Amino acid sequence: MMESLQALFGSSWPVVWTLAKIVAIVLPLMIAIAYLTLAERKVIGYMQVRIGPNRVGYFGLLQPLADGIKLLMKEIIVPTASNKGLFLLGPVLAIAPAFAAWAVVPFDATLVLADIDAGLLYILAMTSVAVYGVIIAGWASNSKYAFLGSLRSAAQIVSYEIAMGFALVGVLMSANSLNLGKIVTAQAGGFWHWYWLPLFPLFIVYFISAVAETNRAPFDVAEGESEIVAGFHVEYSGMAFAVFFLAEYANIWLVCMLAALMFLGGWLSPVPFLPDSILWLFLKVGFLVFCFLWFRATFPRYRYDQIMRLGWKVFIPITLVWIIVVGAMMQTPWAYLFH
Amino acid sequence: MIFQDFVFYTLAAILLIAGLRVITARNPVHAALFLVLAFFTAAGIWLLLEAEFLAIALVLVYVGAVMVLFLFVVMMLDINLDRLREGFWSYLPIAAVVGVLMAVEMALVLSGRYFIEAAAPVAKPAGYSNTAELGRVLYTDYLLPFELAAVLLLVAIVAAIALTLRERKDSKFIDPAAQVQVKRNDRVRMVSMPSYTEPEAEQAQQELKP
Amino acid sequence: MLRKVKDVFSSLMLVELLKGMALTGRYFFARKITVQFPEERTPMSPRFRGLHALRRYPNGEERCIACKLCEAVCPAMAITIESEQREDNTRRTTRYDIDLTKCIFCGMCEESCPVDSIVETRIFDYHGEQRGDLLYTKQMLLAVGDKYEAQIAADRTEDAKFR
Repeated sequence: MMESLQALFGSSWPVVWTLAKIVAIVLPLMIAIAYLTLAERKVIGYMQVRIGPNRVGYFGLLQPLADGIKLLMKEIIVPTASNKGLFLLGPVLAIAPAFAAWAVVPFDATLVLADIDAGLLYILAMTSVAVYGVIIAGWASNSKYAFLGSLRSAAQIVSYEIAMGFALVGVLMSANSLNLGKIVTAQAGGFWHWYWLPLFPLFIVYFISAVAETNRAPFDVAEGESEIVAGFHVEYSGMAFAVFFLAEYANIWLVCMLAALMFLGGWLSPVPFLPDSILWLFLKVGFLVFCFLWFRATFPRYRYDQIMRLGWKVFIPITLVWIIVVGAMMQTPWAYLFH
Repeated sequence: MIFQDFVFYTLAAILLIAGLRVITARNPVHAALFLVLAFFTAAGIWLLLEAEFLAIALVLVYVGAVMVLFLFVVMMLDINLDRLREGFWSYLPIAAVVGVLMAVEMALVLSGRYFIEAAAPVAKPAGYSNTAELGRVLYTDYLLPFELAAVLLLVAIVAAIALTLRERKDSKFIDPAAQVQVKRNDRVRMVSMPSYTEPEAEQAQQELKP
Repeated sequence: MLRKVKDVFSSLMLVELLKGMALTGRYFFARKITVQFPEERTPMSPRFRGLHALRRYPNGEERCIACKLCEAVCPAMAITIESEQREDNTRRTTRYDIDLTKCIFCGMCEESCPVDSIVETRIFDYHGEQRGDLLYTKQMLLAVGDKYEAQIAADRTEDAKFR
């Protein structure tokens, strides 16, 4: 099978094979994103003693499809006073890094598209590039609300990236590697050997920063519908808006995947008598994503100055202190916690 | 090799065009975005040289943080371009002299004997980690310069804050830290009040009852 | 001092946030109160004020005597009536229009009617697909009344003791 295909494509085989692998990652990811929108409406509905969408298909299972078709059919309105090129570039820049980051995410000990050594850095770089989509969209819309939204988003993402980066420093200190696969294998040995335990404060800081990074409630001041209507994407309609939506949900999956890989042992089994499997990874990621929806159903939106205080005056000191603690712990008999 | 050459020349062309547009773009936001593009393509070229740590660090630091703050400021400016262009011709001679001088200096440096044409990077053995090597060198051979640079940056940060932080007496500043620490009992006093009805009203109610 | 330390500790341990999440977590499993509308409906009062109808006497004669009290009392001026004398010398309407886009469903027309002709029914899920569809004419109102007479009469008898 493989050989005959290889013969068919000849010298272009590596390109075709890589493309096939990319499709194999992106396609399930798109489906996961689509169904996350449904899951969000369902979960929040249930927590508000409602049922949520249940008309399109059994249990509402075709709802994401219906939404997608509706958004595809709608007109993309480009405001007259906007900067047209950048206006259309905004959504592209928002979604491209959200998908590009998945190139280095390992799903299993061998199942990874690009097994590069600086995988963690690459993902950090990609997530930091994602903010351009929001900034450009807000500026190019030439609208006050959009502009305010993009400024808020930019300042927030830049601030929380620092805390997030420091939290990851703790992980790479413990694992002695920037390669995500190696970080997971360094946590081998069951539930109590995963990094969430020795790096507990960093895990919490990372997860809360991840919520802020993805502009999700209670940190969703960039959209803040009560004061700035819809923030940076107020002028977008149809598929251009949908792309922002997709990027947001792709980022949620990404940060949860990272949290599962770095703090919850990735595909490793929590108990010795069950085998390691990719299903464990999906279970962990699913739980973390559920937490995102849970937060949104529970917490009211933060005020902006309080967001900044939390990022700069609480999270960064906590991470700095804990990095020092980790470094000190590695020189003591407790160093076994990390290996 | 052909493919790598092709990638290099493409990236180099994009880099040059982007760099040129940074100084020629009329709109400062466009200029800043072209600078982002220039950083990005430069990172691509570094990747070709197998310096992946530096390339990603360039994207992470310059594209992800520095340029975001740049854009943040530039976007909020309301620049009158015509005012900016006033006196362009009167400054041109000096600028041209400075520019030519810089070009000549660069040419002298680059053509000097310190810049021998570097050989193509040797393929590294499997398991070689660019990042780990860089870290090892940075924290052993170059520890002192590295720490000095760090201290210098710290001094710059502290100085920048010390120079710009002014507390105005008349500003109605609120402290979010104090606000989030407020507990219910600081603001609300629960008072126990026994229920009480006027005797007459009670009597009237009694009479109403069948 | 000790209280402050305790506060800082509990905020670092996210105690309040976890309490909030426990609350929403409990409601996640609570029984849902959603009413599945077209299939299920909430109970409705006999006094419900929905779509209007014009009623007839059991012998088929229309009740309305064109006294125009409803037209006069209508606060939204949604009712338009024209009348003439019929051959048997009774006064009847030639035109009885209700503009449902103006109507505020206050029920004053029903209150004012001396012959219980104009009434408001329980129907609330009607619609119009184009402009003018919600301008109900005499014929349409009579048709509504004919169709739902049993329900309308039952509602009036149930409510009669309170009037």
